[in-house]
Amino acid sequence: MPASAIYLRRRLVNAFNLGISVLATVFGLFWLVWIMWTLVSRGVQWINLALFTQITPPPATPGGGIANAIVGSLLITLVGVVVGTPIGILAATWLAEFGRYSRIATVIRFVNDILLSAPSIVIGVFVYAVVVARFGHFSGWSGGVALAIIMLPVVLRTTEDMLTLVPDQIREAAAALGAPQWRVVITIVYRASLGGILTGVMLGIARISGETAPLLFTALNNQFWNANMGQAMANLPVMIYQFAMSPYENWQHLAWAGALLITLAILVLNLIARLVIRSNTFGT
Amino acid sequence: MSQPDSAKTHAISLQAPAVTKRASSSKNIIENPKLSIHELNFYYGRYQALHDINMDIAERQVTAFIGPSGCGKSTLLRTLNRIYGLYPDQRATGVIMLDGRNILDRDQDLNTLRAKIGMVFQKPTPFPMSVFENIAFGVRLYERLSRVKMQERVEWALRKAALWEEVKDKLRQGGTRLSGGQQQRLCIARAIAVKPEVLLLDEPASALDPLSTLKIEELIAELKADYTIVIVTHNMQQAARVSDYTAFMYLGSLVEYADTSTLFTNPSLKQTEDYITGRYG
Repeated sequence: MPASAIYLRRRLVNAFNLGISVLATVFGLFWLVWIMWTLVSRGVQWINLALFTQITPPPATPGGGIANAIVGSLLITLVGVVVGTPIGILAATWLAEFGRYSRIATVIRFVNDILLSAPSIVIGVFVYAVVVARFGHFSGWSGGVALAIIMLPVVLRTTEDMLTLVPDQIREAAAALGAPQWRVVITIVYRASLGGILTGVMLGIARISGETAPLLFTALNNQFWNANMGQAMANLPVMIYQFAMSPYENWQHLAWAGALLITLAILVLNLIARLVIRSNTFGT
Repeated sequence: MSQPDSAKTHAISLQAPAVTKRASSSKNIIENPKLSIHELNFYYGRYQALHDINMDIAERQVTAFIGPSGCGKSTLLRTLNRIYGLYPDQRATGVIMLDGRNILDRDQDLNTLRAKIGMVFQKPTPFPMSVFENIAFGVRLYERLSRVKMQERVEWALRKAALWEEVKDKLRQGGTRLSGGQQQRLCIARAIAVKPEVLLLDEPASALDPLSTLKIEELIAELKADYTIVIVTHNMQQAARVSDYTAFMYLGSLVEYADTSTLFTNPSLKQTEDYITGRYG
């Protein structure tokens, strides 16, 4: 085949594949932009001071806000993060640094991947059976536990990936100085992968802050002001679920505003994660 | 528990010169060995990478391991500080004597061993911290120094590694932001700062440009006064330039071991001659 024919063929194949890739990207972005546009156009007009200062109104009543849901969501998510993050990071540390070649590590990785893709409603039902049913009532604590279980595999997986990305030469270099392994992990490997680990935590937070199903079974909802984690607690996802399904226009508006709020919060978290990883990437 | 083991291997190694004629030449050239290797075998899982290595390594001299890729020269180096122990499927049998102790003994304390035997790797491995902290890291493992003493030690190590002039204004900068050649000298400084007795260099200049290579080689010549140096290199000219003794390895065996000028000018084996004249293969 003459060289020019090969060249032409390669250009055609290249153009075709490039075209397909661009189309796929546009297809994906189209839905994302549509969702964002819908949220902003329907939600932005209901964002005002009252949204953050007043509690959810009774049905068919004008005004009110979602302060109780915001605070509830923050508290429940906080419990989820505080419980899920350390366990996830420690487990990942064991998998990546201490038990990397052991058979049990392979099993744990596999189980973790299953947990990672487990439907969140299953986790909700599980916590309902183990915590809510035992104590006899819904509570913010049980919601936090459910979110922690959902967050755990996300943090574990990303942390392990980030730790394995740290080149073995660095570990060898530290070990060759006579540093004990725990010291190598804490002072060198963690430091080298800090950005990545933080990103994993941020992604985990983003993941759990929108979860609805597990909260339906655990924290449920609360029409009133409540900062007591032992009681049923208002939270944004369940509030959105309930209000969006309601026939009351004011509730629907609050649901739109809440949905936009969650999305913006996750967007900001992701942006922070990106900035952190950019300023902290190993080797740059 | 390990005593009968090492006693047994010792008994065997007494006969070693008679059995392994190849390495026997080394026995009489090195009078005061820092490290003494007997009947060393090494395995990656089931694959045997080193076969019956016997050699002495002279104190305060530079010993070079040369040989084609995969001949086991790096593996041999990595047994000397037991760094292979990080990987569960790697193991060594035999005896390596250092100051009257078999360092392959199971009860050998690895941290003290590695305090005595420092190592520098092929790729520069600065830690993700400042230049200063890179060096202080190792020192802190063994000594509690005051701020001033630590600063003195860091400067001492950097001067010794011929890096001080280039980084004295950058001590708080990240170690990873130095150039490749500077990073490698930082790693040498880091190893020296712990005040080891032996320095293992695993192709320390192979990732560097000629000028940085020259600096490293000059450094090796200077460090020889205080340290026993073992260097792995696939660059024969480098081995000829920097070393006092050279070991030629092939397929996991020590083929010939002699003082460097003899090995390069008058090798006793045809195989060695073929390799150093570039006819190997």
